[in-house]
Amino acid sequence: MTPTSTINSANLKSQLKRAERRHLIRSYNLILPLFAFILISFLIPLGIVFYNSIYDPQVATGLPKTVESLKDWDVRSTPYPSENSFAALAAEMKTASDNQTASGIASRLNYEGSGLRTLFMKTSREVEDVDDGPWQEKFIAIDKNWAQPEIWSVIRQTGSFYTSGYYLKALDMQRDPFDNIEKQPADARIYIDVFARTLFISGLVTVFCFLLGYPIAYLLSKLPARTSNLLMIFVLLPFWTSMLVRTTAWIVLLQKGGVINSTLLSLGLISEPLDLMFNRFGVVVAMTHILLPFMILPLFSVMKSVPSTYVRAARSLGASPWTAFWKIYFPQSMPGVSAGGLLVFILAIGYYITPTLLGGAGDQMISYFIADNLSRSLNWGLASALGCILLAGILVFYSFYEKYVGVSNVKLG
Amino acid sequence: MSNLVKAPAKFLPYVGLGGKIWHYGFRGVCAAIFFFLLAPVFVIVPLAFNSEPYFNYPIKSYSLRWFQYFLNSEMWFMAIKNSILIGVSATIIATILGTIAAIGLSRRNLPYKAVIMAVLISPMIVPVVITAVGTYFFYSKLGIANSLLGIILAHAALGVPFVVITVTATLVGFDQTLVRAARGLGASPFLSFRKVTLPLVWPGILSGALFAFTTSFDDVVVVLFLGGVQERTIPRQMWTELREQLSPTILVVATILIALSALLLVTLELLRRRNARMRGLAE
Repeated sequence: MTPTSTINSANLKSQLKRAERRHLIRSYNLILPLFAFILISFLIPLGIVFYNSIYDPQVATGLPKTVESLKDWDVRSTPYPSENSFAALAAEMKTASDNQTASGIASRLNYEGSGLRTLFMKTSREVEDVDDGPWQEKFIAIDKNWAQPEIWSVIRQTGSFYTSGYYLKALDMQRDPFDNIEKQPADARIYIDVFARTLFISGLVTVFCFLLGYPIAYLLSKLPARTSNLLMIFVLLPFWTSMLVRTTAWIVLLQKGGVINSTLLSLGLISEPLDLMFNRFGVVVAMTHILLPFMILPLFSVMKSVPSTYVRAARSLGASPWTAFWKIYFPQSMPGVSAGGLLVFILAIGYYITPTLLGGAGDQMISYFIADNLSRSLNWGLASALGCILLAGILVFYSFYEKYVGVSNVKLG
Repeated sequence: MSNLVKAPAKFLPYVGLGGKIWHYGFRGVCAAIFFFLLAPVFVIVPLAFNSEPYFNYPIKSYSLRWFQYFLNSEMWFMAIKNSILIGVSATIIATILGTIAAIGLSRRNLPYKAVIMAVLISPMIVPVVITAVGTYFFYSKLGIANSLLGIILAHAALGVPFVVITVTATLVGFDQTLVRAARGLGASPFLSFRKVTLPLVWPGILSGALFAFTTSFDDVVVVLFLGGVQERTIPRQMWTELREQLSPTILVVATILIALSALLLVTLELLRRRNARMRGLAE
């Protein structure tokens, strides 16, 4: 090799590298606009949900001196703090009334224990007319709850800008006056039950989708292309039909005077209408119906690629049809089962519309409580914490999905 | 010899009685499952033509009065207008940005491809309620909550994953040498995209766009959080009426939506066939 050719090839290499880099930058430039769009319209909103689940400024900004003075209070030795804290609270209550922030603070306190809103509002109204202390006696005269440690420890615990309180609440826990984490009283425990119910309903729906979807996918994969394409339309039509339309259809079918009940009545099979709706049954049936195509489609695409030779070999070696299916075919269709199962499960966990319309009070899933806390109770922090826990759960299942299926293998239609 | 010419027997000779029972039993079960899939969708269609406001069979007389009522209703007219406006705008944003990004993603050995893909797909995975809550917080700050713009942006984000998935899937089988040939013959990058890439991948783009459109057209939750009284869409209106009381108008809307999805299905099937033909995979 002559020296010139070495130089040339080095030159060529660097040129190639430069061209490669240019290409790479061009590829990233193509992705960038969408990435920026997703950042603004999706990732930042999710970030805000997380931030709202831990950011808790109401009491910290509204009652800063009171919170500060409570640092000296030892809940173990005295049931209520010193005169200092009462005086600070009185002053800050007056400011809050003038600034019209009292109601916000009162609502925030109320999330930690019902009745605190009334107590706070009543006291701040009456304190308005009192010019000076001793504040301890006057507060206790207004309401004797001010002599109890509960409300003071709530003010102390909610007094920092960042809190884990919403997460504790979302997991049915609270802090006692001594700052120990304990379970909520039995009648105030809601969300653990809701999370369990959400997982249970989603699991049940996944199992039913599997039981109904497996035979269909198997049949479609075995039929000649012409017939299976035709039957596939029967799967795709419901798939493409609006979820709300299908929920409507189930309401028409399941309600008290609905199609199923009136048919059974006129056939004389039942003497009075069955309760098919506003219960677990209605939710599971309708959700299974809506999510079934999401099970069939991935199953079908996997089964389509399973060669029939293995089953035939097993049969010719003397395996019974069942053994050949269970030992040979089923394991080969397993990727489809996990793909469809995880997809259905992930989708089911976030369901809101169908359970709200078809379920009873005891069948509402976590999404319902997120929406409810946001729009009715206006407890944004709790709604956000519930949302973040749901999101974390979804991400765990999604990572399984990514590991076993891979998102780029998602088949659509 | 004559055996070979004859039409193939339905059952192989070694299939016994049990096998035959299984064969028909299995088909019976499948027929029942198909019935479960389809019957609920079709049960509401005839009821929309019932002249009485009952949601039950048998239907005594048919009429189009509920269709007439639907067409004359101002509220529904606004809902249709909003749904189409939001759906089309969101689809355009999602399709353009998604297609461009998918072309960037189709480069082989792109570093961090998996991470980028995961981020771009994430709106599909995250439950809509969480997305709706987050956009509500953020857009309230920006002042675009309770506006069509806010809903359009949120819906575009929800539609993006479908476009990215379908277009990248189409580009997997795309022969990059064709673009190189066009470029080598002097075409500008834009011209080669328009004349070579686009005609080959547009079925993928179109089916992604259809997915994005239906996602927007179906959504209740985002509209529930981000839409005010003026921003009612078809699903939002249906949701309100379903929560109050089942009305014949809802069945009319449902029937129309079912007809639309049938139309969509046919379109997609034609696209699939065209795509298969273009790739020489004719059935």
